[in-house]
Amino acid sequence: MPVTAVKKDIDALTMTITAEFDADAERLWELWADPRQLERWWSPPSHSSTFVEHELAAGARTTYFMTGPDGEKHHGAWRIEEVDPPHRLRLADDEVDAEGKPEDGGPTAMTVTIAEAGDTATMSIQTHFADRESMEQTIEMGFEQGLAETINQVDPLLSAAKA
Amino acid sequence: MLTYNQMVVDKKPIRDDDGATDLLFRALADPIRRDILRRAHEGRLSVSALAREHPISVTAMQKHVAVLERAELVSKHRVGRESIVQTKTDALARARAALDRLEADWRERIERMDQILETDKGES
Repeated sequence: MPVTAVKKDIDALTMTITAEFDADAERLWELWADPRQLERWWSPPSHSSTFVEHELAAGARTTYFMTGPDGEKHHGAWRIEEVDPPHRLRLADDEVDAEGKPEDGGPTAMTVTIAEAGDTATMSIQTHFADRESMEQTIEMGFEQGLAETINQVDPLLSAAKA
Repeated sequence: MLTYNQMVVDKKPIRDDDGATDLLFRALADPIRRDILRRAHEGRLSVSALAREHPISVTAMQKHVAVLERAELVSKHRVGRESIVQTKTDALARARAALDRLEADWRERIERMDQILETDKGES
């Protein structure tokens, strides 16, 4: 398994997953830059992905859809916010309807960081839900019982992640 | 390295639950609604009692409570003529589940990336 670390921050509602690959940074960047390669990993095997428009340039918009086993389609769009090949990519993933109009609910943002280390390279993907700020406030402001329960359940997971 | 959670990997179609997740986070985005969750923890306050805690009308409070109900963050039951609001304590557990699902999705994606790299290496 190439995954080397997983960090979940329940307060900030972020999940960061890091993996080490036997490849250089340029090669890992292509997994994101080339729509034909994206189509090979973005959706689960039960679905196929089609990237209609895709260019990694700040301000560009990616449109794609996933087709499920029964032919149902899920549409998505990315707003490319920051591009620094082959090291850093930031984008917002929006749910859109068939006409490309944004649907209710905030986007999920993603930051991809690629770093070379000798013969291998690591890729980190940090993904977070739109309402990070408000979620942090929620946690700060209390919600004591639920929060304590959550921390008790999350702690062993975090220790396991470190081990 | 984490190995838990792998059992959900193959069974959950991607995004099956995103609608519920969106509802959840949107419901939590409003300060009045977060305040309702705190105050209704013990399940003693009615909609009109909650409305008195804020400079808003009972009707506006009903709307906030309805948003929380749709996100399954609170339940409501009638006692006499009053509608009593009760916070559901598993709200954060569901936020955590959303992060778990995200992890499972990305573990699968990384596995597929690795396969692509291996396949392409074999071909070149």
